[in-house]
Amino acid sequence: MADDKDVLRDVWFGRIPTCFTLNPDEITEREAEPYYLLLPRVSYLTLVTDKVKKHFLKVMKTEDVEEMWFEYEGTPLKWHYPIGVLFDLHASNTVLPWNITVQFRNFPDRDLLHCQSNSIVEAHFMSSIKEADALKHKSQVINDMQKKDHKQLWMGLQNDKFDQFWAMNRKLMEYSTEEGGFRYIPFRIYQTLSDRPFIQKLFRPVSPEGNAYTLSDLLKEMFPAALPTEREPKRYQVLIHGIEPLLETPLQWLSEHLSHPDNFLHICIVPAPSD
Amino acid sequence: MSDNAESPTESQKEESQPPPDDSATNEEKKKIDVLLKPVGDTPIMKTKKWAMDRGRTVQSLAQFISRFLKMDASEQLFIYVNQSFAPSPDQEVGVLFDCFGSHGKLVLHYCKSQAWG
Repeated sequence: MADDKDVLRDVWFGRIPTCFTLNPDEITEREAEPYYLLLPRVSYLTLVTDKVKKHFLKVMKTEDVEEMWFEYEGTPLKWHYPIGVLFDLHASNTVLPWNITVQFRNFPDRDLLHCQSNSIVEAHFMSSIKEADALKHKSQVINDMQKKDHKQLWMGLQNDKFDQFWAMNRKLMEYSTEEGGFRYIPFRIYQTLSDRPFIQKLFRPVSPEGNAYTLSDLLKEMFPAALPTEREPKRYQVLIHGIEPLLETPLQWLSEHLSHPDNFLHICIVPAPSD
Repeated sequence: MSDNAESPTESQKEESQPPPDDSATNEEKKKIDVLLKPVGDTPIMKTKKWAMDRGRTVQSLAQFISRFLKMDASEQLFIYVNQSFAPSPDQEVGVLFDCFGSHGKLVLHYCKSQAWG
């Protein structure tokens, strides 16, 4: 794993240039300039947009301000999905910067979870890590950690400290050599054109015969339509952190290197661009 | 916590069991069995075992339990899997069943206060 540490760094420091624009229906005292920001792919919208909020509040009256939320081309953006997942799912193959609309009224309760403080993000993040470790190690690693270790994972993400986060997270990536991988791979498969939130099932990294399963094996089981065929032109792109990994990449390697800080491998299946 | 005979064991699936076959049969069933258990001084529900649509969200389940227990609107209800993590409110119980169910049912704990970090 040490050989591939650069990959971890590249994943961590992935950024998306973003332009935040205030919804024109908001009541302002003067015109609101757009606000530009480089968003970390592995973080959460509500965690990294304090400056955006401050910027727009300057032109608004307090009584016109409710909970802030974000929208891209009419789709409310779920803050509890990692930013990179939201971009890959809704805005891949579009021109940068990513144009996000900021709203302060009419919070869409049916589509979004409320998030009034960073402690909500922290609870969601830690729950995801615990869920992932339940799949990877029957929760043994996360339960062996102390409260301060959990805090270190969270603070690492919140303050964008790669070394602080990975000093602890590497423990969650360990497994015994005879098993050849985690118990199950924590993954979620999202589709652009689906009402269902995501696909998540049990899937082992290694076959009973001891062969490593690949991304292709996972898709064959979970979403066969995403695999290219010889007859038709490519219908879907399979994106992780904005790239299309080779389908023959072992799943265990992907889980160790391309998982988000929440320890899930988030895979987006989007329609292939038609050019 | 009061337990009864139908109380399931928390044991995980057998190591040798290949998971894909398992989930294929679950997929055919639209409803899944969910066992609800209270934590601490949270009131017990007379009916513990429920057949639920796979697509039901954790949030809608929490609302259902709150109404069943006639809780105040101001009171919060937390739901836990494996007595360890709180699934996201928009998560479907079918997904939790596929990943964390055992012996044909999913055990969820509910609590009026935060029970597990």
